[in-house]
Amino acid sequence: MITLDNVTLSFADGASRIVAVDSVTLTGRPGVVTGITGPSGSGKSSILALAATLIRADSGRVVIGGTDVAELSRSDLAVLRRERIGIVFQQSNLLPSLTAREQLQVMGELGGAGVASRRRAIRARVDELLDAVGLAEHAHKRPAQLSGGQRQRVAIARALVHQPEVLLVDEPTSALDRARGVEIMQLIARLTRERSTATLLVTHDVTPTASVDEWVTVVDGRIDAGALAAV
Amino acid sequence: MFVAWRDLRFARGRFVLIGTVVALITLLVGFLAGLTGGLASQNVSGVLALPGDRLVLQSSDGAGPTFGQSEIMDAALTGWREAPGVTSVTPVGIAQTRAEADGQHAAVALFGMPAGAAASEVAALAPTRDGEIGLSAGAAKELGVSIGGSVTVAGAEYRVASVGADVWYSHTPIVAMTPTAWASADTVLGGDGRPTVLAVSGDADWSAVAASTGTSVATPLASLPHLETFRSEVGSLGLMIAMLFGVSALVVGAFFTVWTMQRAGDVAVLKALGASTRSLVRDALGQALVVLLVGTGVGLLAVVGLGALAGSALPFVLSPLTTLVPAFAMVLLGLVGAAVALRPVTAADPLTALGSAR
Repeated sequence: MITLDNVTLSFADGASRIVAVDSVTLTGRPGVVTGITGPSGSGKSSILALAATLIRADSGRVVIGGTDVAELSRSDLAVLRRERIGIVFQQSNLLPSLTAREQLQVMGELGGAGVASRRRAIRARVDELLDAVGLAEHAHKRPAQLSGGQRQRVAIARALVHQPEVLLVDEPTSALDRARGVEIMQLIARLTRERSTATLLVTHDVTPTASVDEWVTVVDGRIDAGALAAV
Repeated sequence: MFVAWRDLRFARGRFVLIGTVVALITLLVGFLAGLTGGLASQNVSGVLALPGDRLVLQSSDGAGPTFGQSEIMDAALTGWREAPGVTSVTPVGIAQTRAEADGQHAAVALFGMPAGAAASEVAALAPTRDGEIGLSAGAAKELGVSIGGSVTVAGAEYRVASVGADVWYSHTPIVAMTPTAWASADTVLGGDGRPTVLAVSGDADWSAVAASTGTSVATPLASLPHLETFRSEVGSLGLMIAMLFGVSALVVGAFFTVWTMQRAGDVAVLKALGASTRSLVRDALGQALVVLLVGTGVGLLAVVGLGALAGSALPFVLSPLTTLVPAFAMVLLGLVGAAVALRPVTAADPLTALGSAR
């Protein structure tokens, strides 16, 4: 479970400040895909950055599995990300030198205490995850040898291989055609339910609604209650 | 090292290129170090093999003492012989000239010293009779003579009494004579027959004795800068080696700076996924270490191979000091260069991984 409780985030803009996220309260529940949509510049990516602990809120609380991230040091946040959060980026952001299998294995090689046991646990799940995203036969291929949809599938598998409580997905279909986009959204929804992750999914595209359980609309950094609708 | 190993494999062309550069610099450094060692040996091995704990020089013109200008006055010799704590004083005359044997000529260093001085490679050459000389191996080879042959030096003919160690002075092989024979030869050569250096031993207050006798004293090693050719030769070669070390660190640092800047996006992604900065730094330095070890290893093999071939034609010393030490320094300085290039790794902002245009 992830909760953003009355969170505000602003950026300096010369002498003034721009409020990117304004008193947002939002909860992502296990096994549920929460879609965050809104126009460009509305603050949805900033909400995702706050949820991913990549940036600290000015005020309010971000709580992941009972842990208030404001209390954590930078290195503790890195531990939180590698153990409890999965991130799927807008571009797949795969490492060019690694094969599909190694993109998943790398999650066991990110340092910190308990590397050996985490490495063993992750390696045991790699093939199952690649199979789950339909890429078992492409495990030996590097990103340049995969299509856009396949790369995004690898990225999804990478985000789930360490069994995170929270899955954060940023515009996963923006670089894909419509058919591939629907497939990716369905895959995310299926894996969210199978693995009981609390998924926050940022997208400007509200069409593939069957894959999203709840929608949140963000306008000017605020959640627009009028646009909130269960699908 | 998980990503580092795979980057090495993936971008092998780039890493082979920088590895080759490291290997070539190692070859240059190793070859220069071996040559420096060889030249230094041909310059100073005779000085280092003199039979004494300390060497005493005296300058008559008040300037800093040098082996070329030093002359030990009688009063100084007496002062050192009578100084408390000094157990032995061996006057050694040094002069350079040409020698001839059976039509073969060679430049040689004449060392005049008494037979029976404390054991040393130079002392062992000293003959017992004025009409005899002892040849170093280099002198015997260049003159083409052996024991029992005759050699003409400064107009006088001498019988070869012994052939000994391969000791040199200022790039000329050493020929040892009795002090009397040396004084005669030195006079013929325009000198005044006074000893050049005193090889002294004991447990004395060296500085006090030097001050009271108007001389300067130093260990054999510390005396080497007083040999003009050694100072200029080692100075220039040492400067070249130091510059090559600097070039090596800069090249490796520049390569890894560009490399890590190119990887800044990947580093941001790894940080966003939860990689610790320490693990990323370890990865980057480990990658540099692999490149440096392989590059210097190949360069070192080339130095050993070419050095063994060159040893017969050039003054070249193949030893740990001229091979392993420079190679170790190369790796160390390369790592320093790579460490300087770590800024893009430590400064990468994981937030940039969320951007749409990495």
